[in-house]
Amino acid sequence: MSEAGATKKFLYINRKAPYGTIYAWESLEVVLIGAAFEQDVSLLFMDDGVYQLIKGMDTKGIGMKNFSATYSALGDYDVNKIYVDQDALAERGLTLEDLQHLVWEDENEDWAEKDSIRLVSRDEIAGLLEEQDVIFNF
Amino acid sequence: MLHIVNKSPFTTTSLESCLRVSKPGATILLIEDGVYGALDGSRVSDTVRAALADRTVCVLGVDAAARGIEGKVLDGIDVVDYDGFVDLVAANDGVQSWL
Repeated sequence: MSEAGATKKFLYINRKAPYGTIYAWESLEVVLIGAAFEQDVSLLFMDDGVYQLIKGMDTKGIGMKNFSATYSALGDYDVNKIYVDQDALAERGLTLEDLQHLVWEDENEDWAEKDSIRLVSRDEIAGLLEEQDVIFNF
Repeated sequence: MLHIVNKSPFTTTSLESCLRVSKPGATILLIEDGVYGALDGSRVSDTVRAALADRTVCVLGVDAAARGIEGKVLDGIDVVDYDGFVDLVAANDGVQSWL
């Protein structure tokens, strides 16, 4: 990480379904660019954004790039705080098991593999928003 | 009549409006982000299930597969391919697209 004074807390909020619009893909691009600047990055998936993390996508039939595999690379870029609105999931008939299993390796614990996704309540999301320096919306 | 819905039921009221004003015997085709309306266990699935009593509901399989939900579609919804989409348009007198 860079020096403490230069690090800001960045939150990327994802609220759109993938493929129907370009927002999900653009967000991933920006997150990966931002990751190169070694900021304290968090991602939040809420509303239809939770659809972005569903596993087993197959886009062959619609002629679009399947970018869902990119989410599993986020851990390698030190993007390992991925918050998912648990109520948004439930409203859509989804559970954590329907999502990709995203992990990162903790260098402070002998590269132990840890889960990146954290299910959060709406109260926790409210707190998350308050503690950020910068919020990007997609 | 064929009704086509291409928006998520959680971002617009397209599906809701379509279900409210479609007649018995009508066919409703969910495409693009509209396919999320076919997902079982969601907040809207009771409404969709109720529509199945007197209307035909179809989902475009390739759009469901792209979004990873092909295996989670409500029982009673027909999965169609692009050829099936064309057949539905040809078989119906009118097409109403709920944008």
